[in-house]
Amino acid sequence: MISVKNLSKKFGGFTAVDNLSFEVKPGDIVGFLGPNGAGKSTTMKMLTGFLEPSGGEIRIADMAMTDASKKIQRRIGYLPEGAPAYGDMTPIQFLNFIADIRGLKGERKTQRIREVIQLIELQDVLDRPIENLSKGFKRRVGLAQAILHDPEILILDEPTDGLDPNQKHQVRELIQNLSKDKIVIISTHILEEVTAVCNRAMIIAAGKMLFDASPDALQRKSRYYKAVTLHFGQLTDISGLAELKGVADMEVDRDSGRVTLFPEEGVDLLEPVSAYIKDRALQVDTLYSEQGRLDDVFRQMTAEVKG
Amino acid sequence: MSNILILFRREFASFFATPVAYVFILIFLMLSGVFSFYVGNLYERGQADLLPFFNFHPWLYLFLVPAMAMRTWSEERKSGTIELLMTLPVTTFEAMMGKFLAAWFVLGLSLLLTFPLWLTVNYLGNPDNGIILAAYIGSWLMAGAFLAVGICMSALSKSQVVAFILAVVVCFLFVLSGSNIVLEAFKGWLPPILLDTLASFSFLTHFEAMAKGVLALDDVGYFLIAIGIWLYGGFLAIEQKKAE
Repeated sequence: MISVKNLSKKFGGFTAVDNLSFEVKPGDIVGFLGPNGAGKSTTMKMLTGFLEPSGGEIRIADMAMTDASKKIQRRIGYLPEGAPAYGDMTPIQFLNFIADIRGLKGERKTQRIREVIQLIELQDVLDRPIENLSKGFKRRVGLAQAILHDPEILILDEPTDGLDPNQKHQVRELIQNLSKDKIVIISTHILEEVTAVCNRAMIIAAGKMLFDASPDALQRKSRYYKAVTLHFGQLTDISGLAELKGVADMEVDRDSGRVTLFPEEGVDLLEPVSAYIKDRALQVDTLYSEQGRLDDVFRQMTAEVKG
Repeated sequence: MSNILILFRREFASFFATPVAYVFILIFLMLSGVFSFYVGNLYERGQADLLPFFNFHPWLYLFLVPAMAMRTWSEERKSGTIELLMTLPVTTFEAMMGKFLAAWFVLGLSLLLTFPLWLTVNYLGNPDNGIILAAYIGSWLMAGAFLAVGICMSALSKSQVVAFILAVVVCFLFVLSGSNIVLEAFKGWLPPILLDTLASFSFLTHFEAMAKGVLALDDVGYFLIAIGIWLYGGFLAIEQKKAE
């Protein structure tokens, strides 16, 4: 259980995090979204006890960060931004070192290290110095280090940055497969990642919380949510579509020729549109209902802050 | 296993995973040999002791120890591993001690590897081995003080070069403040009590007796306190600005 109240962080005159308050319960997989420099990493650094807040309070598992940072840090697995690791060590040395520091001993230590190596697929690089590994492998070593002691709270700063699509998929699966009573907080620029992995999305810009709800709710904020897009096989008079009941607006993309119909609130357009097409026997080669475009919502929200 | 020991092992291994320890030991052995024989005239003096060898240690340490210490914290800052280290359940004090002890043991190892010199004087004559042992311990203590200065400077800066230069300058002041040149210069217009204080801050003054085999409590205490103070300075520097 993480509870953050009025958290602020100032660097000189610059406010990186501005009066942030939120709570995270076990089972929450939170995605921190925000433009670069929005304060995501700074917030994570404060949650892990690396930076001291300029104001406000962080309580984790009913302990205040200011009183019990070491106790709290035992419960947290953290992948810092850029996945730093000791370059002169090999992954197996590094994991052994982390296991020792995390207090893993004997059979449990060997078993956890073996499990994590399997899970993250580090077998091939175990004996190569970390500084010689590719960016993707470095990131995976960082991930392995974070989950090694099977922490209740996992905080990952851009866990999929620098990974190829297969590896990204793998990491997302890994996060989803963590047991359901853990807290996971990830930060990302990739919007699809939030819908794919998280059950809660927080948008932060200029240090302020702009949105905190489920990824679905985020999609629902999109103008495109439940909009119907279609494309005709031949030149067609489309003026009638805009007159349909429940259509609030119509947009035609000049390049692709796609027509998008925006519904009035609470209206399902798919049915009336397909009925219209059927009635007039129009040739349609594409017809689908949109999920909502996240990047659209994201741009809109974060642009407002910059004003 | 205590955290200090775990960190010590990591740091110690890291000295040998990179060429740092090998280069340091090699250069230290070469230079201490050159100084003892060519500059200190170990043979020509016709005395069975290692005084010429130990007399050059402050000057050897002056450049070699800061070179060894400069990476301790600067590299952590530069590569961002400081964020990893400080978010592990490890206190800054434990990290500091682990780093200091690891480097100090490498210095101790370099000293141990000068044993052929000891064998030589024992082969050539009958030196007082108690004196030599005391001088070795004294030299190791002084190396610790140089190291503590270097680690403190490394904690202050992200750049290893800056850390090195700062450490050399500070160490130089501490060595020089007891040298005749400085003391002569101040002799005319500083009251004797201040002059003594100035001299008493010097690594040289305190090492002088040790090199002759006298392990006096105040000299040992001086180096231990110096180590403590400089490491505490580094500790504060890390606590104050971890992220910069």
